[in-house]
Amino acid sequence: MSLLFRDYAGTPKAFDEVVGAEGVRVAYGSVLRQLAKLDAEEVRARAEYLKSTYLDQGVTFDIGGEERPFPLDIVPRVLLAAEWAEVEQGVAQRVRALEAFLSDVYGEGRVFRDRVIPRRVVVSSPHYHRVMAGVRMPNGVRCHVAGIDLVRDEVGRFRVLEDNVRVPSGVSYVMTNRRAMFSALPEVTSRHRIRPVEGYPLRLLAALRAAAPSGVSDPTVVVLTPGVYNSAYFEHALLARMMGVELVEGRDLVCHNGRVSIRTTQGLRPVHVIYRRVDDEFIDPASFRSDSMLGCAGLVTAARAGNVTIANAIGNGVADDKLVYTYIPDLIRYYLHEEPKLAGVDTWRLEDADHREEVLDRLAELVLKPVDGSGGKGIVIGPRASAKQLDALRARILKDPRGWIAQPVVQLSTVPTMIEGRMAPRHVDLRPFAVNSGDEVYVLPGGLTRVALPEGELIVNSSQGGGSKDTWVLASDGVRGKRRRRRVREAIDGVPQADLGEEKVQQQQAQQQQQAGPVVKDGAPC
Amino acid sequence: MLSRIAESLFWIGRYLERAEDTTRIVEVHLQLLLDDPSVDQDDAALNLLAVMGAPDTEAADTAEVLRLLCYDPLSASSVAAALGGAREAARRARETVSIEMWEAINTTWNSVKGGRLQRMRPASAFRHVRERCAVISGTADQTMSHDEGWHFLTLGRSLERVDMTARLISTAHVTSGAQSAWSNVLRGCGAHHAFVRTYGGVTTDSDAAEFLLLDRLFPRSVVHNLAAAEAALADLDHAGGRRVGFDDEARRLLGTARAALEYRPPSRILEDLPQRMTDLQRTCNRVSETVTQRYFSGATAATWSGGK
Repeated sequence: MSLLFRDYAGTPKAFDEVVGAEGVRVAYGSVLRQLAKLDAEEVRARAEYLKSTYLDQGVTFDIGGEERPFPLDIVPRVLLAAEWAEVEQGVAQRVRALEAFLSDVYGEGRVFRDRVIPRRVVVSSPHYHRVMAGVRMPNGVRCHVAGIDLVRDEVGRFRVLEDNVRVPSGVSYVMTNRRAMFSALPEVTSRHRIRPVEGYPLRLLAALRAAAPSGVSDPTVVVLTPGVYNSAYFEHALLARMMGVELVEGRDLVCHNGRVSIRTTQGLRPVHVIYRRVDDEFIDPASFRSDSMLGCAGLVTAARAGNVTIANAIGNGVADDKLVYTYIPDLIRYYLHEEPKLAGVDTWRLEDADHREEVLDRLAELVLKPVDGSGGKGIVIGPRASAKQLDALRARILKDPRGWIAQPVVQLSTVPTMIEGRMAPRHVDLRPFAVNSGDEVYVLPGGLTRVALPEGELIVNSSQGGGSKDTWVLASDGVRGKRRRRRVREAIDGVPQADLGEEKVQQQQAQQQQQAGPVVKDGAPC
Repeated sequence: MLSRIAESLFWIGRYLERAEDTTRIVEVHLQLLLDDPSVDQDDAALNLLAVMGAPDTEAADTAEVLRLLCYDPLSASSVAAALGGAREAARRARETVSIEMWEAINTTWNSVKGGRLQRMRPASAFRHVRERCAVISGTADQTMSHDEGWHFLTLGRSLERVDMTARLISTAHVTSGAQSAWSNVLRGCGAHHAFVRTYGGVTTDSDAAEFLLLDRLFPRSVVHNLAAAEAALADLDHAGGRRVGFDDEARRLLGTARAALEYRPPSRILEDLPQRMTDLQRTCNRVSETVTQRYFSGATAATWSGGK
């Protein structure tokens, strides 16, 4: 093992993805061998390079109005083909179930009649929007893009932590990370067969075009961003650029007669599909928050009229609510007649009196999460909280039991991460991205691995000081074999050169020097 | 193309040109002070600040000039503010601007922000800014399609260059007591070499003025840039040729300004120069306004006032 990894050992309680009881795991064998060929100083220099390229490229996210580069770690996270197959199927299954659930919730409501999930759980969610009831999507898709957050538990099994079917972000870093790693560690990347991630924008564009209102053969797609101060603005711009579509802000849109247009230098141009990265509450001041400056008044009316498709659909928040999360295994069985392929994390619903009693007794050993929070906001980890914090938490739970769930502390798996020039275990999660075109659910091989940089930290989120890792899904055995070399055909001619008359140049040189220099003994001075 | 993006590109063009030209103007100013010890430093500084439209100050010296025109990002007419503005505009148009061009602009901003410009010696700071601007415009030229967006970029750059060259000529005139004033202005425009090659070594002030104002081939002359701006507007105007006149107010303004310069008797070229340069700047502002009205005003936000 290289010097860098010599002292490396995982953390006692968690599953370490690189080093197991029998030494280095198969997935990482080749990576460590290749890294060992570089000297430790060199690896550190490459890590520095990663930092500086992100700054130059402006690969940043905003925290409180300040742009920061998203830290990318030098050690990749590697998944074997078999491990990935399990994740891929599980994620696709989950997305199909969520789709079915959403069209049911905003359609017939069979699931309530059949008593799989109580109606009150859904309609009491702040993300349930009655205005979307009865609205049918052109190709039936509501979650055009989904991000399913996974973690690996103490034995290395993947578990779903939460679903994101509103505006999941982070996919841009998957693409930029790959590119940065290829230039920072060509020795290592070139020895692996890694499944590519570059195809994502085209998949997304295809899915968005497939979702266009019926009768539109060549739809105009736009990406709607809240603006440059949004934390994910970089991603919005990257996706728009790679899909070759316009990136618009709310003020670029106009709604009239139930149709949506963008303002261009040549007047108004109709829009058919809006990939929006603005939250429901801000998307249409006429239907939601009237003080919103990010959306455009009339969008909801246009969407209801079927003249424009908003992707992801408005009101999707009911499906990734943390309370609904607890019902998802049942929903998978109900809609798909399949057993869930990915396990979830055991969860207590605090609105249930028995659950509540048990949880309140064990508050100090559980993780408490607000049901409609995202990005690690408001989470209280029992074992880390002070008595005072726990008391405050207890009061808040009793006041609003619908607003909370409890889970046991999951020891997230660890991967070595470069911290101050040394390798140390840090906890990671994984967010695979799924694109639903209506015909198939495509899962981008890899997804975003986020890493919690402070030691022992279990909340991995970019807004909480997290970084990321390039996630490699190896194709079959993953090691690149030696291929037969093809001979390069010779170029027809060399490269053309300006003809100065080589002989003349030499003659002139000689003569010109003679003139300036001392008279040669036996030569006649001219 | 989105109105908002068009506006961003127009301003990228203007801001970059402004950054470059401001360094040129300040450099000329510093050179003048060196060349002619009889010039009163503080007076010259005040004049320069007035010409550059910096906020009124009672007293100024060279350090103040450097702060207001180069380093201070809060001073509207400084190089730092112009580069910051260009970067912000590029960020808003990020999916339209080519990756390489964005990176060129972004690294430029990273190399000057947070007082980094100030830490270089003035001469190398000026050189750095000029070179970076050349890199950016070269990258833009090679990596952007020369389509509508490109025309807005060119329009912004040409207008700003007319404006700034006019200001540069004004500064020369103010201090024209100094013998070397015009040759410094020529150097400031990077035009000295081209000028000497065209006119030979023995020249007069009016030759220099003629070259900077009227030369059709030199890319920093006023007439060249007026014509470039007109051409950009013509390309943007999809209405096509008309039998009579122009319906675009901006083109009329530019054409009038160009004719006034080109058809003036050669003997009167130096006459009334400061006033004419001020008029030229005014024309640039009017053109900018009319372009905004015609192409960008769609970008102004409509606010939803229902529900209140």
